[in-house]
Amino acid sequence: MSIACELSNPNLKKTKAAESSVGKWIIISKILLFRVFCGLLCLSALICLCFSFSSCICNNKQDEAAESSSSSKGMLFRNQNVSRSEIDAMLSLFFDSNQVTSFECRKESNDPGMLENYGITCSLSTRVEKEEEENEEEEAKKIKRHVAELMSSSSSSFEENEEGVHHELVVLFYVMNKWHWWWLVLSVLVGGHVIFEFHQRKIEVSSFLQDKQQCKRSGRWRKNMLRLGILAGVSLSVLWFWDTNEQLLFQRKETLTNMCEERARVLQDQFNVSMNHVHALSILVSTFHHGKTPSAIDQKTFSEYTERTNFERPLTSGVAYALKVTHSERERFEKEHGWSIKKMEIKDQTLVAGFDPAPVQDEYAPVIFAQETVSHIVSVDMMSGKEDRENILRARALGKGVLTSPFQLLKSNHLGVILTFAVYNTNLPHDATEEERLNATIGYLGASYDMPSLVEKLLQQLASKQTISVNVYDTTNASSVIKMYGSEVGDMSEEHISSLDFGDPFRKHEMHCRFTQKPPIPWLAIMPPGFALVITLLLGYIFNEAINRIASVEEDYQKMMELKARAEAADIAKSQFLATVSHEIRTPMVGVLGMLKLLMDTDLDAKQMDFAETAHGSGKDLISLINEVLDQAKIESGRLELEHVPFDLRFLLDNVSSLLSGKAAEKGIELAVYVSSNVPAVIIGDPSRFRQIITNLVGNSIKFTQEKGHIFISVHLTSEVREPFETEDEILKQRLGSDETSCNTLSGYPAVNATGSWRNFKTFQDHSCDKKTELLVTVEDTGVGIPFDAQSRIFTPFMQADSSTSRTYGGTGIGLSISKRLVELMQGEIGFVSRPGVGTTFSFTGVFGERERDSSALELLDQSIQEFQGLKALVIDSRNIRAEVTRYHLQRVGVSSVDIASSLATASGKLVNLDLVLIDKDAWNKEEYSDLLKEQPSTRPSPKIILLATFTTPSELSEIKSSGLVDEVVMKPLRMSVLICCLQETMGSGGGKKRQTNRKPKNLGKLLRGKKILVVDDTAVNRRVADAVLRKYGALVTCVDSGKAAVAMLKPPHDFDACFMDLQMPEMDGFEATRRVRDLEEEMNKKAECSRKWHTPILAMTADVIQATNEKCIKCGMDGFVSKPFEEEELYSSVARFFDK
Amino acid sequence: MDALVAQLQMQYRNYTASLYQQGFLDDQFTELKKLQDDASPDFVAEVLSLFFEDCVKLIGNMARALDQTGTVDFSQVGASVHQLKGSSSSVGAKRVKGLCVTFKEYCEANNYEGCVRCLQQIDIEYKALKTKLQDMFNLEKQIVQAGGKVPQVDN
Repeated sequence: MSIACELSNPNLKKTKAAESSVGKWIIISKILLFRVFCGLLCLSALICLCFSFSSCICNNKQDEAAESSSSSKGMLFRNQNVSRSEIDAMLSLFFDSNQVTSFECRKESNDPGMLENYGITCSLSTRVEKEEEENEEEEAKKIKRHVAELMSSSSSSFEENEEGVHHELVVLFYVMNKWHWWWLVLSVLVGGHVIFEFHQRKIEVSSFLQDKQQCKRSGRWRKNMLRLGILAGVSLSVLWFWDTNEQLLFQRKETLTNMCEERARVLQDQFNVSMNHVHALSILVSTFHHGKTPSAIDQKTFSEYTERTNFERPLTSGVAYALKVTHSERERFEKEHGWSIKKMEIKDQTLVAGFDPAPVQDEYAPVIFAQETVSHIVSVDMMSGKEDRENILRARALGKGVLTSPFQLLKSNHLGVILTFAVYNTNLPHDATEEERLNATIGYLGASYDMPSLVEKLLQQLASKQTISVNVYDTTNASSVIKMYGSEVGDMSEEHISSLDFGDPFRKHEMHCRFTQKPPIPWLAIMPPGFALVITLLLGYIFNEAINRIASVEEDYQKMMELKARAEAADIAKSQFLATVSHEIRTPMVGVLGMLKLLMDTDLDAKQMDFAETAHGSGKDLISLINEVLDQAKIESGRLELEHVPFDLRFLLDNVSSLLSGKAAEKGIELAVYVSSNVPAVIIGDPSRFRQIITNLVGNSIKFTQEKGHIFISVHLTSEVREPFETEDEILKQRLGSDETSCNTLSGYPAVNATGSWRNFKTFQDHSCDKKTELLVTVEDTGVGIPFDAQSRIFTPFMQADSSTSRTYGGTGIGLSISKRLVELMQGEIGFVSRPGVGTTFSFTGVFGERERDSSALELLDQSIQEFQGLKALVIDSRNIRAEVTRYHLQRVGVSSVDIASSLATASGKLVNLDLVLIDKDAWNKEEYSDLLKEQPSTRPSPKIILLATFTTPSELSEIKSSGLVDEVVMKPLRMSVLICCLQETMGSGGGKKRQTNRKPKNLGKLLRGKKILVVDDTAVNRRVADAVLRKYGALVTCVDSGKAAVAMLKPPHDFDACFMDLQMPEMDGFEATRRVRDLEEEMNKKAECSRKWHTPILAMTADVIQATNEKCIKCGMDGFVSKPFEEEELYSSVARFFDK
Repeated sequence: MDALVAQLQMQYRNYTASLYQQGFLDDQFTELKKLQDDASPDFVAEVLSLFFEDCVKLIGNMARALDQTGTVDFSQVGASVHQLKGSSSSVGAKRVKGLCVTFKEYCEANNYEGCVRCLQQIDIEYKALKTKLQDMFNLEKQIVQAGGKVPQVDN
């Protein structure tokens, strides 16, 4: 867990580092949060670990305690058992045999040396003796209990002691463990913190460096952190494993030590007890054999007694008593016993019985009493055996039980030792000399111990004998160690050696214990750290993957950003290039065109004129192409913004149609415009762009229409189309009612019905009508149509229907693309339907603002319109739609009552009370008409007859006029101004011709009257002219000739209302001057907060009006610009922004 | 007397029209003339004299700048041309203005030859204009002296 937390460190930190730019406080709070979180995580991990660890330890401890207590209990019990059996045997011996013994014992107990020597046995006997008067049975029980208490207390104290030590150890270990975990976690935290701090500082320092670099660095840092984390995780788990393993090994060793010590003590105790018995036996012999005359013991008594008390010495295979006989005494002794002293012989190391008389020696030790098991050694001289002799000599010199080194026992083939006690005739003092002891010696009591069976028996009694193998060695001679018991099996690597004290200081014995099996694989130590390791590696892998992914994503992101920047730069560069190049081409082209125009004004012959005109036309084409490219570039770079100014749509369409009528007439195409009466007179939008779209579409139509048919521009509201049943618009009705292609068109040639393209418009699909004025414009032609396979790429820039198109018709194919963009800018849609051979109908929508009818805009025409109000007119036209168009134009000029008749014949009834008859040339029949006129009653003035012609040759025209039947001939396309003009002439109302008086200057004068204006220009001429122009409008003009002077004049407070500033001036140019003025104003505004804010309108005067300059002007604080020399309209619109309030 | 005036007026009209036609003047001059009223009767003359003073000064400057052997400070020349362009467009001296545009382009292209040529042309052109205008003013004066009115000439 701590690993996980640690691993999560870098990432958390990383994210924070990344966010550092966002806000410092967020980071701080996040750091705090993170630290708290981290701390919590670590703490919980720690607690978990400690808990598991301590529980593990506690378990171990408990186990150990339980084991040790049970073993000690067992030991105690065994001890108790042993002592009980001992005591039983003793008591039974004492009580059964005779009471004399106890008396003897009592007597002897007076001897302090004896008391000391015989230890517990003596004290027991004294106690027994003391309480003799009381009930014997109870006594025995009491004693038993007493002894048991004694034993248990001693052993329990031992147990307590042992457990105390153990407990201490465990606590120490636990504390150590706890601390080392703490230290680890602490060090990791501190390390992480230090690194984090360092990193943060680094980040702070390098925050201004490149993103990329930082990204790379952070990636590297993350990797390092991950490596550190994995390293920490691995080392932690290794440490954990090592720690646990050590503990297990320690436990194992502990167990081995405990068991070995336990076995050694038990063996030693058993041996000692047994030895004490032998000692007691020696005392018995000394007391009853030598102390009594005659002897109370003979061979039979001895063997019987020893046989009966053999249970007390389960370890001895037999005991025997040998008498000290000097050579001088030999004969007497032999006689006395009736056998000669025999020599001990060893044959093949097996047989003992020697039957040859012993050789002459100073001293003999013939066995006189022997236990039944070893009765064969009676009369054998023990001095004759090498081991025995040494033993005897040592025993009598020391006065203690001595042991032989292990040798093959007689008869039984086991290794064994002989324990020998010397029997003295007197009670020797404790510190008796060797000489004294030698003299006092009267005999020797020997007991043979069968070592293997001894140890075997013991081990049988102890628990977990299977797990441990025991070896017992005699190490008296360090160079040649004699193995007394055991086999060389088991795990040799671990061994515990316990020394054994069998009461003979000369002999040294050791017990070697080892486990029978090799230590098992420490799963307990392997598993948890293993899991931790696996988790660490997994986490490491996951984080590594994550980091790699982050790195790659970041890299990708960087690449993308780079590419994006590059692409954008390229795009901008392209647009700029286009704009610049276009501009650069346009400037000289203007010169070329101007010169050509001048050239055409000079005296040229026809041929030269033709050349010049061609050149001029081509130049114009080139200019328009350049303008288109410029537009495209502008749109693409997003620099094109639509204006929002009110304009008269009908007037604009009139303009377009008049502009294009020439071309159309050349080709013999009829051009007509129709605007639905529901469309507001004045709408708000970008007239020039709208015009551009229409011109594009109509231009295309003209280009692709050959010698026949028509081009029909119609404008409706989309709401009209949405609710087709409510509409009263004839054209729309007709359109909605007809099929895909209809012949009922303007010119009678079939055309494609526009409704096909409307269906795809989204604006008709959603039925929310809350939009502003949305116009639907349709341009219908009867051209060649667009091939189906080319229809999909019609709006792609520089893409034409096919390459042959450009050859046939010219053009760049950019117009439609621009139109589409413009329509999109107007929040509209563009679409088309086309059938090859029939024609194409383009439709587009656009959203415009609506405004109340601007009274001034049409004021000009109002008067004339009023003149025509109340007139009655009849339109005679075979084509319904064309008649509708004519009606629309008539209604525009105020002729309210318009009838329609398809031919003269049908119109005959309607000819009464008419003021005007408009006859289309197609319906014109001279004869018929002249007949009709003759029928007319001449009471009333006959209606004025106007002929509407699409294209007529001059001769035709004059012919018609001269016939006198027609009052006026109007060339189509109809336009308001043309119509008014014509009507005025026809109706004879000579309206004031000089109506076009300057209206705007009046306005300008009003605007500027009394205004104080500062003109800044270094050129005297310019200054003078500007002065004069502005003065003309009533402004009070002050002139200065430099930027510096201007700044001085405009330093607030001043009383100028506006300033016109030249841009290019020596010393201080217009930009710089404006900047300074703005600075001054700001300063002033700051000082006098509440009073008026100073902001003098500053307008740039510049000769070259290009976009960049304009932007620069705005940038440095100018409010606008006017081109030099002043143009009234421009001046008006610029100035109006500031004064028209 | 009237005949003289009419003749002078006719002459004046033709002369002015020829000035426009030959490209010496443009609309701006017309505008300038419109600005002349009773409050400032000599406005046009004043402005033109200012313009010619400018011309003399600027052409002198440019000539000095271009006369330098070694490096020519085109930016300085450009600034002068710009000024000249501004003032010529203000008075409607069409030919001078056109030459200025060309001159400026040469300047930006650091085309020494072109600059020198343009400068010479400008020098010729403005002097020619000056003579023509002088003639025109003389005509005007004659008309006024003859008691006539100077006619308005629209292109």
